[in-house]
Amino acid sequence: MIEARSLSKRFQDKKRGEIRAVDNVSFTCQPGKIYGLLGANGAGKTTTLRMLATILEPTDGTALVCGHDVIDEPEKVRANVGFLSTATALYRRLTAQEFVEYFGRLNGLDEATLKKRVDDIFNRLDMNSFRDRRCDKLSTGMMQKTSIARTLVHDPPVMIFDEPTNGLDIMTARTITAFIRECRNNGKTVIFSTHIMSEVEKLCDVIGIIQSGKLLAEGTLPQLREKYGEQDLEEIFVKVVTPHYTASEAN
Amino acid sequence: MSLRNVGIVYRKELTEALRDRRTLISTILVPLLLFPVLSVGFASLAVALVGKAKEEVPKVMLRGGEDSPIVVEGLRKLDKIQIVPETPGWKDQIINKEIRAAVEIPPGFQADVNQQKSETVKIFNYQGEIKSEFATDKVETYMKEYRDKVVKERLAAKNLAETVLKPFEVKRENVAPEEKVSGAVFGGLIGYMVILLCMTGAMYPAMDLTAGEKERGTMETILSSPISRMHLVLGKFFLILTAALGTAALSVLSMGVSFSALNHYAGQTAGGRAAAAEFLLKLGPKAVISVFLMALPVAVLFSATLMTIALFAKTYKEAQSYLTPMTFVVIIPAVAAMLPGVELTSKLALVPILGTSLLCKELVASTYHWNLIAVIFLSNCVYAAVALFLAIKMFQRESVLFRS
Repeated sequence: MIEARSLSKRFQDKKRGEIRAVDNVSFTCQPGKIYGLLGANGAGKTTTLRMLATILEPTDGTALVCGHDVIDEPEKVRANVGFLSTATALYRRLTAQEFVEYFGRLNGLDEATLKKRVDDIFNRLDMNSFRDRRCDKLSTGMMQKTSIARTLVHDPPVMIFDEPTNGLDIMTARTITAFIRECRNNGKTVIFSTHIMSEVEKLCDVIGIIQSGKLLAEGTLPQLREKYGEQDLEEIFVKVVTPHYTASEAN
Repeated sequence: MSLRNVGIVYRKELTEALRDRRTLISTILVPLLLFPVLSVGFASLAVALVGKAKEEVPKVMLRGGEDSPIVVEGLRKLDKIQIVPETPGWKDQIINKEIRAAVEIPPGFQADVNQQKSETVKIFNYQGEIKSEFATDKVETYMKEYRDKVVKERLAAKNLAETVLKPFEVKRENVAPEEKVSGAVFGGLIGYMVILLCMTGAMYPAMDLTAGEKERGTMETILSSPISRMHLVLGKFFLILTAALGTAALSVLSMGVSFSALNHYAGQTAGGRAAAAEFLLKLGPKAVISVFLMALPVAVLFSATLMTIALFAKTYKEAQSYLTPMTFVVIIPAVAAMLPGVELTSKLALVPILGTSLLCKELVASTYHWNLIAVIFLSNCVYAAVALFLAIKMFQRESVLFRS
């Protein structure tokens, strides 16, 4: 389970002064559910997810991941999380297998467990044909599978996906969305950020709409439809964010 | 602290480094090839060129000498010299390398010598041009031998011993052991090389493991794993340190082998006047180990400092622009230690690179000032610890890791 409590992140910018990238955000993600964080570019999605994955430290507030505090126990949090984004690249001079094994070892797996886990994942994701190929020689689809294998190797109960289909072709994107569904079916807690409405409609059990670092709306799709009187998610999104969409963000 | 995690990161970084052509070139290939190319390569080329120059029979133009047949006859009989008659434009001919030198015998030279009047024989040459110098040497040697012969004959005619002109000899004799002599001459160079190569060896991996990782997008990947940032820094740091020490060790090994080969080659071909080549043969394992022990904290200092600076950069190119000026920061004190007269004192011992460089000079000469060794080693350990501490701190700063 993920529980964000008044999570906030401020940055100092030389030109613009203090920037509130995430401002007092609270939400809960339940096991076996997919929480979709929907927002435009620069809305604060990545910063929120990076704080949940303890890559960034909150300025105020905190979050609990599987009962561990992101500020006090960041290493325990990361041991319970699989984090995937388009920014999480592969070590190009390692083979696909070495790459996955490296992260397995960093997650504290012993060699026997690691071997079994890697074999299982490589069979399941149909990766055996390229397991000994260096990552810089992999196709985009193979790279994505290798990244997925990396997040699964320690079998974490929580999965964080930061715009995982961004810039991918339709077939590779489908591999990712299928994997996200599988995570939910396996009872994992899943949080997923995107600005693509169709992905949210297809995947998410709960939707949070974020803009200017603030969580403006939250609920299931039927709840949001009822609350805002619109059927189309895009219309709902526009209705929610427009009053908060500042001129500078529009630029 | 979990050494297991540090070891996992180290092994992974080592695997990647050994598969990276740029790292292999900068850490292994360059130090291995640098000295053979510089020493054996250039020396062989020089020997070949000098040999070729010596084989040529140079033309030497004779000016005057018509009334001095004995001298002229002697010149004509000289081995590997062709005496040619005077023609106009002889200076230009020397400059254009048509002839190698010209010798001018003044009018009435033979008669003046017989009458014990002083005369001057002039040799015209192209200074610095090797073949012209060879020709000049041969003519000059002949004229000096002729002069000595005349002196001997005059002394004999007057029944005087040769010691009349040379009442005593002056002779130098070295009392210092060979390793101290070679240490004094080359000790500074050894320290300089080890220090500089530690730096160059650390430079590429320091950039690759920090700015390179940011540029390739793997920084976020590794930060999302449960490893603590301190373990991550230490794993990376040990790889950079390995590269620094590996480069320095390979360089010293390559330098030793090159100079030994050069010495062997020079001994076979040119009578073994290769003083420069001999010094490493006199270097005992104790001196080499001492130099490396002293270089260890310096290598730690370089590895941590370079890693910290490179971490600020967003790209590999940006890191290069930060680290290149660092080379000068290292070269200046290292070169200062090689200057004649700069000696190790307790104050200079505290200057980070200069102290070690000066100490290496002493160690190679088998001089062990234990108090200064302790000061330098401990002070360098402190500097290295501070640099490593800063590197760990920098790795925990979001503004550095996610600089945009």
